[in-house]
Amino acid sequence: MIDFIAAKYNYLICVCLMMIGFYAVIAKQNLMKKIIGLSIFQTSVFLFYISMAKVTDGTAPIVWEGAVRYDNPLPHVLILTAIVVSVSTTAVAIALMINIYKAYGTIEDSKIREIEAGESGGSVSR
Amino acid sequence: MINLMLLLFLVVIAIAAIQAKDLLNSIMYLSVYSLFMALVWTELNAVDVAFTEAAVGAGVSGVFMIAALTRMNRFESSRERTGLGKYFPMAVVAVTAAMLFYATVDMPAYMDPEAPIHKHVAPYYIEHSEHETGSVNIVTSVLASYRGFDTLGETSVVFTAAISVILLLRRRDKNEK
Repeated sequence: MIDFIAAKYNYLICVCLMMIGFYAVIAKQNLMKKIIGLSIFQTSVFLFYISMAKVTDGTAPIVWEGAVRYDNPLPHVLILTAIVVSVSTTAVAIALMINIYKAYGTIEDSKIREIEAGESGGSVSR
Repeated sequence: MINLMLLLFLVVIAIAAIQAKDLLNSIMYLSVYSLFMALVWTELNAVDVAFTEAAVGAGVSGVFMIAALTRMNRFESSRERTGLGKYFPMAVVAVTAAMLFYATVDMPAYMDPEAPIHKHVAPYYIEHSEHETGSVNIVTSVLASYRGFDTLGETSVVFTAAISVILLLRRRDKNEK
């Protein structure tokens, strides 16, 4: 058990971070909290990729004379792209949240549901 | 060892970020989380990723969130869920975590040079990139040369996102309502 944790602690931490983000997305009522949870979730996936790229005695993937071996450059490239994309998607989510706030005056999921229920219950035809 | 301590600290900051009732605190915790993540990237020798994370993750996304927060209520004011609804998300998370922990059993050990990920195209990039592209930084050569179309796709995603944000946040004319 100790050997397993020592050999694979990076994956275990990834799972912990991912579950913290996942919990925020499904359990928190506040939309801003959901977006923060989504960011944590995304970062845990990045950590998963980058930690896979590390090798024993590896140096940063920049060519130099005394290198024993290099870390895998491919996950670094993929995550470099993914970080920028994740910020773009976060920006779109925030813009949508601002529009929801303009329409309902709140960013709490439960209150939005109440307002929606009130509107559809009050009117005769939809 | 420093790596493990940084990672455990990340878990603590992440929990603090989702538990804070003041959303400004929550966003600050998220920026600190990103900055520590940049330290982890440096420790894992992913220097290019660390630059991007520190600039974009810790800087820009925090600024976006604070800018959004200036328009709305700063404090979280949701009621606690009652009955089954309170424990259901926790149960879902626990089951998912159990499945993911079970899946790590089959993963190659951390820092194992013989892992399958290091056997496919990566050795080609490491061996030939300096000769073929003239760049000593292998990450740059893969990003801009071998996988240039990925970067083109990334740029189009950023462009689409920028257009979406502009369309969502533009002021509508009064007679349009």
